[in-house]
Amino acid sequence: MDLENQKRVKEFAEEYGAENLVVVLGAAEGEAAGLAAETVTLGDPTFAGPLTGVQLGLAVYHVCEPEIKEEFDEAVYDEQVGMMEMVLDVDDIVSEMNAIREQL
Amino acid sequence: MNSVIKGASYVLVHTPDMVYYNGTTQTTEMIVNPESEYLKEVKSNLRSYEDAVKYWPNQTYIGNVHPEELAGVEFPWYDKKKEDADRYGKYGEIMPEEEFLFLVQACDQFEVVRLDKDFVAEYKDKFAADPIIGEDIVAMIHEGVELSEIEHFVNEEHAEGLYFNDKLVGCVKRAHDIDVNLSAHVMHENLMSKASSVLALLYAVRNAGIDKAEVEYVIDCAEEACGDMNQRGGGNFAKAAAEIAGLVNATGSDARGFCAAPTHAVIEAAALVKSGAYKTVVVTSGGCTAKLGMNGKDHVKKGLPILEDCLGGFAVVISENDGVSPEIDLNVLGRHTVGTGSAPQNVIGSLVADPLDRVGMKITDIDKFSPEMQNPDITKPAGAGDVPLANYKMIGALAVKRGELDRKELANFTTEKGLTGWAPTQGHIPSGVPYIGPACEDIKEGKIKNAMIIGKGSLFLGRMTNLFDGVSFLIHGNTAAEEEAAAGVSEEEVKGLIAKAMKDFAATLMAE
Repeated sequence: MDLENQKRVKEFAEEYGAENLVVVLGAAEGEAAGLAAETVTLGDPTFAGPLTGVQLGLAVYHVCEPEIKEEFDEAVYDEQVGMMEMVLDVDDIVSEMNAIREQL
Repeated sequence: MNSVIKGASYVLVHTPDMVYYNGTTQTTEMIVNPESEYLKEVKSNLRSYEDAVKYWPNQTYIGNVHPEELAGVEFPWYDKKKEDADRYGKYGEIMPEEEFLFLVQACDQFEVVRLDKDFVAEYKDKFAADPIIGEDIVAMIHEGVELSEIEHFVNEEHAEGLYFNDKLVGCVKRAHDIDVNLSAHVMHENLMSKASSVLALLYAVRNAGIDKAEVEYVIDCAEEACGDMNQRGGGNFAKAAAEIAGLVNATGSDARGFCAAPTHAVIEAAALVKSGAYKTVVVTSGGCTAKLGMNGKDHVKKGLPILEDCLGGFAVVISENDGVSPEIDLNVLGRHTVGTGSAPQNVIGSLVADPLDRVGMKITDIDKFSPEMQNPDITKPAGAGDVPLANYKMIGALAVKRGELDRKELANFTTEKGLTGWAPTQGHIPSGVPYIGPACEDIKEGKIKNAMIIGKGSLFLGRMTNLFDGVSFLIHGNTAAEEEAAAGVSEEEVKGLIAKAMKDFAATLMAE
């Protein structure tokens, strides 16, 4: 995850409290989604950014996961995400995301 | 009449030492984690020059392999070698680091580049033997200096070291004592960009078969900025590179827009030529040292060599319609506007579907799309997937949503309309433009009718806007003959009508 984004996530967690944040990802690959999820839960696995060694344990989902999809107005979701949902390997993304969440 | 693509060049410079000393993944690691295992492993994971030359995607980039042939090579590619590979290709070459340092010195007009005298003695003739390098450029090489002098500048005066085989062989000095915009780091980055752009310009002029003096305007579309503390991005790389390349009748300017810049620049060049402002415009760009080894950590972790070990460059010559070369159709321009939004379907809609709608064409009417042509051998191990394939899936999915394509045809669409990526991940370099050269040949050979070139840019990285950007244009075969034929018939018709009217009028007079 981009170092600047890590800094912003960390600042939001300090400002609003980790329990009040949900991180929604839009990564196009399961592996990339998993890395970002790991960064905001267990800490930066690349040991490069501000979240190195910082276990924020934030709630984190990919926008194509069913839990997030059902929060949306159906028409808005179709307009904003429908095409990408057709393109992405959603099963792979869901399994990567679950694997990270299970480590919490 | 539309302007045409007269020729294109694609060059690479193998710079393994700069991966370690100048790539930001490595230089950042030196700051935040100087004792890291990764830094210790970088040097032993760098490829030799021979291996970089034999790398299939590199041979594709310089024109020795057609993208379709690359698609037939079993993936992954990093562990395979093209045995009859050549340093030189029809579009350009893969220049080795030791020769490139001389071109960098030729590009230095302020004596900030110093090379060790033993290094100069050993390699200057090798540089001069490159057929594209003229005597004018060789004459710009200085005598070498003592190594102790270089060590002094690096150790005492913040100069950036120039290395070959991990040995200090030169330096780039700072160009100002306190102005960070002229620091050794910035001067190094800018000179590498300029020198690789010069190499691209030399090949582009050769490939287009034009005289250097014919070039009237150059647009540089790299991602660096040159200037000083009072005008940080003052410019101008274009004219600076044109000077070294010997384009004596050219002026120029820099176009910037992150990775979208090359496509913006080609559209601007095509418009400048079509308007009659200039007869021949060259779009050029050199490479980016910062991005060397950008995904190195992932490559090393997965047991791959560090594949981002080359600077990339390209140039495209655009000139008045010659009746033969493929045209840039300015009636089919896609643009991501301020109001487009960032949802992927809006982005693809604005870049692909909207411009086609405006001229009554469908997505399926395009034979090949060239979006972000990143080499998947580099991006897949880094978790970024196959970038061109992701683009083709999105374009295909949009065609399905618009009812232009059956959903069952989606898989075929990506292979039929798509290409396998081969370009180095140098930001602006893979962005649409790598296919311009092969597309022109494919069109001339009748393999395809047209190709859409799509450039996208992550403007938000500059923190001036949260917006994304992108533009696209269409290349198709030359239509000058058809246009002339159409114009010829109507002119004759007009003449015939006038003659008939005169005859009738005369007849009336006679009758009276």
